[in-house]
Amino acid sequence: MLNFSILIDHWDMYIEGFFNTIKASVFAMIASLVAGTIIAIFRIAPFRPLNWLGTMYVEFIRNIPLMLIVFVFFFAPSALGLRINSFLAGTLGLTTYTAAFIAESIRAGIQAVPKGQMEAARSSGLTYVQTMWYIILPQAIKIVIPPLGNQFLNLVKNSSVLGVIAGLDLMYFGDLISSETFVTFDVYIFVAMFYLLLTIPLSLSVSFLERRLAKNR
Amino acid sequence: MIIFHEVNKHYGKFHVLQNINLHIKQGEVVVIIGPSGSGKSTLVRCINRLETISSGELIVDNVKVHDKKTDINKLRRNIGMVFQHFHLYPHKTVLQNITLAPIKVLGIAKEEAERTAMYYLEKVGIPDKANSYPSSLSGGQQQRVAIARGLAMKPKIMLFDEPTSALDPETIGEVLDVMKKLAKEGMTMVVVTHEMGFAREVADRIVFIDQGKILEVSTPEEFFSNPKEERAKNFLNRILNH
Repeated sequence: MLNFSILIDHWDMYIEGFFNTIKASVFAMIASLVAGTIIAIFRIAPFRPLNWLGTMYVEFIRNIPLMLIVFVFFFAPSALGLRINSFLAGTLGLTTYTAAFIAESIRAGIQAVPKGQMEAARSSGLTYVQTMWYIILPQAIKIVIPPLGNQFLNLVKNSSVLGVIAGLDLMYFGDLISSETFVTFDVYIFVAMFYLLLTIPLSLSVSFLERRLAKNR
Repeated sequence: MIIFHEVNKHYGKFHVLQNINLHIKQGEVVVIIGPSGSGKSTLVRCINRLETISSGELIVDNVKVHDKKTDINKLRRNIGMVFQHFHLYPHKTVLQNITLAPIKVLGIAKEEAERTAMYYLEKVGIPDKANSYPSSLSGGQQQRVAIARGLAMKPKIMLFDEPTSALDPETIGEVLDVMKKLAKEGMTMVVVTHEMGFAREVADRIVFIDQGKILEVSTPEEFFSNPKEERAKNFLNRILNH
């Protein structure tokens, strides 16, 4: 039987970690969605240097472990004599990393929109950017929702990397409680439950959105 | 209105268009026919720069289409295009499909754009579908919406790239009727089609193209009764006698 007194005694720490995990995740979701969309457009824009930049970003970032990227954000500023808040460093690292994967999902979604859509819109005099905004992206989003949902789930779980650099998230407080109480199993089970509290509703809302978008073309 | 002068196009080693010379006057209806793979779609798609050319000169409405300084978006406002597979925007209603470019490109107010759209929907015979989505329309209806979408920009030229090739036989007529009406009103039209009846009835001139070369340019009467080129004869035999 789980030792619930651990949960009750350390409730404040669990909750603080829980909310910091939410904060980091929500920030990283929004920022990586914006950055990922821009990188995706870089990758497919009819302009070589941008393609090249986009490809460099994706190939570098997604082939480096997340933890190393977070370390860069954490240690590089101090090497330059600056101080960075560990929560911020972790969230930025998470954003940078996730943006590469989101860019790939969005690129695939954009390229799944039939080529004729671009031709029809461009031949009516719309600019490339207008065509992207009014015609291509609205159709790509529907295609992209399921893979994007996966990326967001990964992001929430990956936010646990903040624990390694004392990022005040759920994982960090889990480690702290465990080292205070010398209990491991129960402490981390509660941590896992808090993660599920985030990920299961997220997963359900993605499938809900998917079904709704499938209905109204 | 449209002048091809010594136009060549290569896809890698493949010489798609070879020394194309062609003048199309304002108000003229030119029908381009030829076997598949002959380059007829490519020819039409060069006119609004959906395809680039390798050499030569192409002047549309007094503008060099393939000049780097040409504002292609501005030129394209004057050239409507209708595709084989319609390419309506599936996430927008019929009305939104037609009003998008007039609003965003020409800067026309939404109410006025909608009035214009309704006018053209009446003209193509489906005003009742204004608020439907393309997926609920038949092929013929979708293509008529696509024509209305092109016309709503009040273009000087309309390009048709096999507009009836993807349609069920019973809906081909309704699209051709709309095109005939348009031709009678004096629209400059360049039409790639396999509809020989349409070509014979509506075209001012027929351009026969094979293997990237224009082999014959003549009036429909001449072309259908007395084709000069051997390959044109063979082509007509294959397409008409069965």
